[in-house]
Order: sequence, then C-alpha cells, then structure tokens
Amino acid sequence: MRAQLNRSIRTFFEDRGVLEVETPLLSWGTVTDPALTPFKTAYHRPGSSYSGDLYLQTSPEFAMKRLLAGGSGSIYQIVKAFRNEEQGRYHNPEFSLLEWYRVDFGLDQLIDEVEALILMLAASFGKGLTSRRISYQTLFLARLQCDPLESSFSEFQAKAEALGLPEASHLCGEDRATWLDLLFGHFIQPDLGRDALTVVIGYPAILPSLARSCPHDPRYVERAELFLAGMELGNGFHELRDPNEQRQRFERDLERRQDHGQVMLPMDQRLLEALRVGLPACSGMAIGLDRLLMALIGSSSLEDVLGFPIERA
Amino acid sequence: MATVSTSDFKGGMKLMMDGDPYNILENEFVKPGKGQAFNRVKLRNLKTGRVLERTFKSGETFETADVVDTDMQYLYNDGELWHFMVVETFEQYGADEAAVADAKKWLKEQDICQVTLYNGVPIGVASPNFVELKITETDPGVRGDTSGGGGKPATLETGAVVRVPLFIGVDEIIKVDTRTGEYVSRVK
Repeated sequence: MRAQLNRSIRTFFEDRGVLEVETPLLSWGTVTDPALTPFKTAYHRPGSSYSGDLYLQTSPEFAMKRLLAGGSGSIYQIVKAFRNEEQGRYHNPEFSLLEWYRVDFGLDQLIDEVEALILMLAASFGKGLTSRRISYQTLFLARLQCDPLESSFSEFQAKAEALGLPEASHLCGEDRATWLDLLFGHFIQPDLGRDALTVVIGYPAILPSLARSCPHDPRYVERAELFLAGMELGNGFHELRDPNEQRQRFERDLERRQDHGQVMLPMDQRLLEALRVGLPACSGMAIGLDRLLMALIGSSSLEDVLGFPIERA
Repeated sequence: MATVSTSDFKGGMKLMMDGDPYNILENEFVKPGKGQAFNRVKLRNLKTGRVLERTFKSGETFETADVVDTDMQYLYNDGELWHFMVVETFEQYGADEAAVADAKKWLKEQDICQVTLYNGVPIGVASPNFVELKITETDPGVRGDTSGGGGKPATLETGAVVRVPLFIGVDEIIKVDTRTGEYVSRVK
C-alpha cells in the first residue's frame, strides 16, 4: 500500500514537471519553533572526540528552500522527518513526509494542486472524495461562537467550561496561541475532514509558521492546513521571503524558548543566507504520509501503517 | 512517592490529582504540527468511582498514588465495618460502608474479593463476578414451570433481591452475576 502511494505521488509530480530532490537529514542548524524538539547527535570528524552537534531534520523545509534560492525551480521529495517528544496514536517520532515547493504559485494555486493530488490518491485506493475550503475564523464562529482574534480570554474560558473543559484557563493562561491550539484541537479538529478533504485557510498570524503575512490584513498569514478523517495531514504556506522578518521570527521563537526554560537551539544561518541571496516567490506544502495512509485505509492508529513503531524500532 | 510525567501515562496507572487517587483509563497525545502539545486523559476517581476527562499540558508531573488491588477473604460485618483478611499473611483490614458500596449486598463469608487499598486503607471492594447464595424468602415454587418467563423477586441470605424463575423456592442456592445483578442458574 505504501509502495502504491509513493508510486502514485511520483507519477503525479513527474507529469507536472516537478523535480524530485534529496537533501541531508542531518544539519548544523535547526528549527527554533518552541513547539518542536529536534533530535540532537554528537558528531565526530575522523579522529576527533567531538566536532559539534548535528540535528536530525524536523522537516526538509530549510534545505529545500536553499535549493530554491539556488535556482532549482519547483521541487518535491518524499523523506523521513524526526520530532522528539512526540508519540501517540497519531504521532511517531520518525515519520514520512511529502514536501513540495512550487515557484510562482500563490496559496490558492497550491491548494488546487494539493486537492488534485489527494483526490487522485483517494481514487487510487477506491475512495470517492470531495474537498472544501473554510477559514479558521469561520470555523471558530460556527463551532464556538468566538472570534479567534477578537474574543477575550474570559469568553474562551466560558465556552471551554460549557463544553466540559474547565481546566482550560489553567492550561492556557494569557497565551492566545495556546488558547487557539487547545480550543481548535479539542472542539473543531475532531469533526474536520469527516465528509470531505477540508482545507483550512486564513490562519491568525500569532500561530507560529513560516508563512507570508496576508498583504491586505497583517493579522492573518497565508497558510493552509489540511484535514482528513479528523487528522491534521499537512501545512502549506505562501512562503516568507524576507530575510529580516525570518530572522526576527527566529529570534522571537528563541526568546519564547528562553522564557519557558526550553533548550536553546542554533538558528539555520545558511537558510538566512539563502533568503538574502533571494528565494523566488513560491508556495510550499508538507503532508504526513503515514497519516494520509491511515485515512486512505480507514485506520485509527499509526501502528497499522508503520512496520515498526518506535517502541519496536 | 514517585512522580510521573504525562509521557509515562498509560492505562492502569494510578496517580494523585486534587488530593484523590485516580486510575488512568485512556491517554491520548494531542498536538498540532506547529503548536502546544496536550494529553487528553480519561480517569476514574478510585474513591468515588466517577469517570472524568481532563486535559494536561504535556510534561506536567504528578505523584503516583499508593494504590494496590489485593485478593482478600471476607470475614464478617461488625455492624460498622466489613472485615477482610489476606489469606497468605492473615493481615486484616476493616472497610467502611463507602468503600464496600454496592459490593456489600453480594458479600458472603469466606468469599474471595478484590480489595483496593490506598495508603493501606480499603477504598474499594469488588465482589467476585459470580456468587452462590441461598434464598431466604420468595413466593412458593411453582412446580412444572421451567419457562423462565416472568419470574418473581427472591431475597438472598445477604439481603440482596434478585428476580428468579417461578420454579425456584426457599432454601435453594442460586448463582448470580454480580455485575448485572441477574440470576444465572440453580446450584445443585
């Protein structure tokens, strides 16, 4: 089944003239996102007792952006990514990603393509599937009668209490991003993608990402998230190209890490250099292939699609 | 007492929360790709039996609860406490009415029950799934009626009342499923 999935994906991109690439799994720099914990390993050059730390990629994003800045044109890869401290029914610390970048695509064009891809893959597994797009704000208003950016924390708390989550305020405090993650994860996401592939657009800018700000409303970013069978399948962005803003976001991440007593991590200087040289206007998407396979075969646990989940790795 | 983090959570683990011992029934790791990680946990309060769902931030820590389930023989009721004994060690424990709860109507002397100890004190008693008890009171048996339809109430030696078929009479011993409170069969 996995072989069939990968083969269909490769044919899809080959037909569209997107080049398959391969980038290193190990890197000197890494993500600063406070929500991610990369695996770190000590490197020894021949004969050396310690030559520094290398990080396993949490996604191939930075390396692929360096290729794009070097003039690769549109590219994709199917690759393993690694995230420490993530394990559960929908999480395994080592997982397969499909990631691709389309030069000169806006977010809408990219969503068109991801819908075409997923619907084609579903059909190849004998599933008829449709798709729909809906904004983050619309979902919040419909399900929680709250506005993600305008509503107060006490409105959030009242809603959470009414829905059986009185500990919400203790968990989230005065942190709007955590409130949004909690409410979305508990009350909105489980129903998403039940009847159709659901693409959520119009994400608030306070949720961390590498997306470009919306040109007409800087409170939102040009980000799309994909849901199927109640699972988050992937994220897409109209990519940020401004090296200064990217550096500021990295620095903000690191401040947040420091405030929360998390490990400090080296930002990827080579990505910043590549952005300074110039990333072409592009949009990119990453999809978790293990979860996609789960959705396609109607499974409710990653164990069904992994040969050896981490406990038996 | 040891501490556990949400990452150690698994079904059957006993921990302290808000001053009460809880048993973890289900644990789900919830995390958006780019966002805060939570654990959505279903727990049973071992004192009240109430089941609730709570969400924790991943990485929160808790003290484990000193809770053990032990097989014990039921000895007698002194009017206030129900007394149990660990057969191997002859250790005795007195359980109050709140701990014995619904199990009390099935307790027959010498039956082996599962007693839940919290800090060495009984907080729960589970009677055996099947018990054999004598009928002390019921309407006279109707000979020939073996259909089992309808039935009639019968009082057992422990005071419990169950519905039995019409042909069952006083002083007969019957087998009862304590989980449903239903008659299973006559014991010869």
